[in-house]
Amino acid sequence: IYIYIYIYIYIFSVDDCLPALWFDLKTLTRVYILSICTARTHVNYEVKEDVAVIRMNDPTSKVNTLSVQMQNEMIEVFNEVLANDAVQSAVLISSKPGCFIAGADINMIQACNTSEEVTKLSQEGQKMFARIEKSPKPIVAAINGPCLGGGLEFAIACQYRVATKSKKTVLGTPEVMLGLLPGAGGTQRLPKMVGIPGAFDMMLTGRNIRADKAKKMGLVHQLVDPLGPGLKSPEERTIEYLEEVAIQCAKGIVNKKISLTKEKGMMQKVQDYVMGIEFVRQQIYKTVTAKVMKMSKGLYPAPLKIIESVKAGLEQGPDSGYLAEAQNFGKLAMTSESNALIGLYHGQVACKKNRFGVPERPVKNLAILGAGLMGAGIAQVTVDKGIHTVLKDTTVEGLSRGQQQVYKGLNDKTKKKTITSFERDFTLASLTGQLDYSGFEKADMVIEAVFEDLNIKHRVIKEVEAVIPPHCIFATNTSALPIKDIAAASIRPEKVIGMHYFSPVDKMQLLEIITTDKTSKDTTASAVAVGLKQGKVIIVVGDGPGFYTTRCLAPMLAEAVRLLQEGVDPKKLDALTTGFGFPVGAATLADEVGIDVAAHVAEDLGKAFGSRFGGGNVEVLKTMVEKGFKGRKSGKGCYVYTPGLKSKDVNPDIEDVLEKYKLTPNPLVSSDSDVQYRLVSRFVNEAVMCLQEGILNGPVEGDIGAVFGLGFPPCLGGPFRFVDTFGANKLVEKMKRYEEVYGNHFTPCQLLLDHAKDSSKRFHK
Amino acid sequence: MRQSLWRGFCVTSRLFSNHRVYGCSLQPVGQNYWITALPTLLIWTTLFVLTDKMASMLMNSLRCCPPVNPAWAVQYATRSLSTSVQLHAQVQTKSKKTLAKPGVKNIVLVEGVRTPFLLSGTTYADLMPHDLARAALQGLLHKTSLPKDAVDYIIYGTVIQEVKTSNVAREASLGAGFSDKIPSHTVTMACISSNVAMTTGVGLITAGQCDTIVAGGVEFMSDVPIRHSRKMRKTMLALNRAKTLGQRLSLIGSIRMAHLTPELPAVAEFSTAETMGHSADRLAAAFGVTRLEQDEFALRSHTLAKQAQDAGLLSDVISFKVPGRDTVAKDNGIRPSSMEQLAKLKPAFIKPHGTVTAANSSFLTDGASAVLIMSEEKALAMGYKPKAYLRDFVFVSQDPKDQLLLGPAYGTPKVLARAGLTMDDIDVFEFHEAFAGQIMANLKALDSDWFAQTYMGRKAKVGAPAMEKFNLWGGSLSLGHPFGATGCRLVTTVAHRLLKEGGQYGLVAACAAGGQGHAMVIEAYPQ
Repeated sequence: IYIYIYIYIYIFSVDDCLPALWFDLKTLTRVYILSICTARTHVNYEVKEDVAVIRMNDPTSKVNTLSVQMQNEMIEVFNEVLANDAVQSAVLISSKPGCFIAGADINMIQACNTSEEVTKLSQEGQKMFARIEKSPKPIVAAINGPCLGGGLEFAIACQYRVATKSKKTVLGTPEVMLGLLPGAGGTQRLPKMVGIPGAFDMMLTGRNIRADKAKKMGLVHQLVDPLGPGLKSPEERTIEYLEEVAIQCAKGIVNKKISLTKEKGMMQKVQDYVMGIEFVRQQIYKTVTAKVMKMSKGLYPAPLKIIESVKAGLEQGPDSGYLAEAQNFGKLAMTSESNALIGLYHGQVACKKNRFGVPERPVKNLAILGAGLMGAGIAQVTVDKGIHTVLKDTTVEGLSRGQQQVYKGLNDKTKKKTITSFERDFTLASLTGQLDYSGFEKADMVIEAVFEDLNIKHRVIKEVEAVIPPHCIFATNTSALPIKDIAAASIRPEKVIGMHYFSPVDKMQLLEIITTDKTSKDTTASAVAVGLKQGKVIIVVGDGPGFYTTRCLAPMLAEAVRLLQEGVDPKKLDALTTGFGFPVGAATLADEVGIDVAAHVAEDLGKAFGSRFGGGNVEVLKTMVEKGFKGRKSGKGCYVYTPGLKSKDVNPDIEDVLEKYKLTPNPLVSSDSDVQYRLVSRFVNEAVMCLQEGILNGPVEGDIGAVFGLGFPPCLGGPFRFVDTFGANKLVEKMKRYEEVYGNHFTPCQLLLDHAKDSSKRFHK
Repeated sequence: MRQSLWRGFCVTSRLFSNHRVYGCSLQPVGQNYWITALPTLLIWTTLFVLTDKMASMLMNSLRCCPPVNPAWAVQYATRSLSTSVQLHAQVQTKSKKTLAKPGVKNIVLVEGVRTPFLLSGTTYADLMPHDLARAALQGLLHKTSLPKDAVDYIIYGTVIQEVKTSNVAREASLGAGFSDKIPSHTVTMACISSNVAMTTGVGLITAGQCDTIVAGGVEFMSDVPIRHSRKMRKTMLALNRAKTLGQRLSLIGSIRMAHLTPELPAVAEFSTAETMGHSADRLAAAFGVTRLEQDEFALRSHTLAKQAQDAGLLSDVISFKVPGRDTVAKDNGIRPSSMEQLAKLKPAFIKPHGTVTAANSSFLTDGASAVLIMSEEKALAMGYKPKAYLRDFVFVSQDPKDQLLLGPAYGTPKVLARAGLTMDDIDVFEFHEAFAGQIMANLKALDSDWFAQTYMGRKAKVGAPAMEKFNLWGGSLSLGHPFGATGCRLVTTVAHRLLKEGGQYGLVAACAAGGQGHAMVIEAYPQ
């Protein structure tokens, strides 16, 4: 299914550098013993002339986090530096290549049981950074690699910041993505440093800011270029160089060559003046709050608390501000939303690992069949990863369209200046467009993205198997056809696997990989390895009609059709679904997926699963398709789409169709809330059933698949966390009520019933 | 290549001292004299070979030089004596007698000249590129008394092309009075363009296509093509095709302010969008080259250039009467300063902590050079006394981002390996000085085992050149660097230094935009 969903605010960036610390007992013990017996393990310093160079390195992890250990040692070192008369200034730097501080230690927060405990943690952090800020000896933060969350708050407490221009160097406050706020002075210091609008932008979106942008914003003072090969490895020498420049800066501050109060430009003065007017500030709070409410539907508490904390600091002074920040931080840490988002974060990290091991041979040559939207999309995310990609189509027109799509995707990046035009050209040099099977004898993997028709797929697999080498994997990109049916035409089913991409491929993070009983482990490992290279979050599921994602979506869409038949206006339907937290409303979703595809899937899955998948009448969809209302792609579906216009009106012609298939709503189950739960409960029940039937490997992958592939409300953390939080018994209760009206569409599955019966049973520990 | 313009502004008021042409011009030596002189020369050289060989065999027995049997040397010498047609004079080297290869023609540099290299925007300001090239060609004709139809082919190198004279070689050779029957073409490879011109000539001679080649290079930075914007060009081209007045008016009406922004020649590497000075600064930092080291090297370059100029060693410079202006006979960018003065300058590219300044970078220069290259037989047949043999050469290329200016570090070991020489065999080094930091980085790279192993796949370093042999008559930093013309200056300087200092082998190395480089071994011609 081609699903066009942007998880708008909560785009989880591909950061494997955010703190994901899985301490096992052994390392913990070792660290503990070390910290008792020997000197410090995480923080050390040396004095170079009169500058103390403080170096951080967490020996237990790939990234530095502000763990308890790190904080304690930092305080110790800081005290020594202050007490050392030979030291005039200090440089704070990480000796880990490619990481400054990736954030606070999430586990530290999760270990707390009450909001008071978390508030206390926050206040300790605030205290430490306040001391840094007031340090009589200037401290220069030398940043290379991610400087996020607590790391950024640390850096902005320092007197001066120098950052490398490396692509790895990003600054940001991603706390909002975990349902939290910058709790160590961030909400108080950022508005003063980058201005109120800039600070809100950073904290409410949580986006990463590259070093050059950070310099423009006033977040860092000086930039250092990454170095190439010299007498040492580029990484090593770059850190050394950064340190040298930072030491120069530290000395410069001490001997007053560098002034810490920057001369303000005219624009800055005007902006400061405007921001000094209370009325203007109030307007800003109002506008920002309204925008947040519009985008989050009030389902996410963190953005509101961020605004509140900033406001408290600016309007009532720093004392109230810091207190509000700490208290709000404590409150947020205890919310189910934060819990859900942190769960998703951990799930995402887990789904970025290959649990099938290293494949026997890496895929270096990949061939894609079909240069349609999907095929070209797959090519686009593959070609820039150093994999030679062949894009094959049957017609010149189809191929040209696909090649243009790949070009456009890369060219857009050039326009945004994330890559140079040269990098674009260089990348495109790895893409070959062709109409025949030449060169397929070198392919390590073939991904077919041809039309969703079993006969065509069979023909293709036979053609391809005649030309590819024995080790080559055949992956099929399908949204609903069972892989074993496709593999039936293969002479080597162990090399056949399903790779279900989501449209648009370059934006949607999920990849659903489907294995059959015959798929070999190495084939799976290879497919996952390719997916990870493409930057995907991957769930590996068992074979069956609709696999996991399509299967969950189908009953929900069936319910949506029934609601339309019952006279719910498409706009109202959309409002109810987005109001529940879905980024895209159900009617819009159907249009984006394509009414024809939806009809096709509904029919197929209806046949496979019987009346349970009923609800709305498939004929509604079919009639719409007959009339040419295929959704966005045909310009008309539930809505009318005018090119160039963002707003859309309900398609007046569907009223006749709906009138024809009109159903009478039952007032007992038609309240707004019931409408929402009718849609969601069918989705959730199907997800749980997939786990029960072994389609899913576990609830984590189920949650990740639903959120990243289908836009299940991130604030609920996915269907399984939703059951845990909402209560299986309450859900079952609702479903039974709907069952009485609609029958087996709402029959809860056994696993859900088990959970309802025993409240101690939970999907997530 | 693209250096700060500041330098040009700084040094506008410069005193020109009276010009003098140093050195003697070479005239064809009478054929008879040459033939009679030859046996004497051979005997003398052979004796030298014998005595010196034995001494050096003892001294250098531990070195990795190819063992040469003294008996063989005697035999060879005897044979030389017995054959009157023997042309190769054998000169002793530490590890190799000569780089002549059996079956391969010896190619010689007969003469090399150049116009004075001037800061762009000074006396040459009103010329065109081919005027400078013409001056160099005429200088070469004058100095060698070469008949105007005796050349088989003319090749020129240039970087920033004047669109009117895109084959500047042809325009210049016609204008210089060469026969219109001599074909000529223009090559480009950034700062090593004239190196390519020379090696193309070498290739033509080796292939038996030609015997006499004039190669050279020209760069004219006082005027560079500045284009209309793409939008404007499009409109103007459409205007050309417009048929009716209405169409024309509507096209003219479509011109907006944005159309009028001109397009300047790229100041950055196309593939990386980084300026060369910026890359040089990063390179210097990567190799830990300090500002002090760079300033010291820059000062050394200017001091040595000044000494060479004053001592009349820069005999390749011809005097040039610039139409409407004075006669120019000296480079005008040489400016020995003091370390204090140099230390005052602010970094030009990476601010505020960079180390590359206007003073330790080469400056924008106008200039042209030309060399006469021939097969040895032809040169001797025409009665010339060659200055040097052009021997093995290599072109290298690497990452244009982080190793943009490391051409010499990659080219030197490669060309030495090709020639079977070691660093110690080289008596004269002439490296192109784009930036002081770039030179120091290359020297450090050559002297690093780690770099040799990690990036060049070599077992060990070749070592850095000895500074007492290195760019002793100044370099691009002080003499100037007209991109397309520098290569010929380097080769000619090596030949002249070998003659003056009495060494056997010289090495030229240069870096170029695009992450490319060149190195060539030059062997002294026995005098």
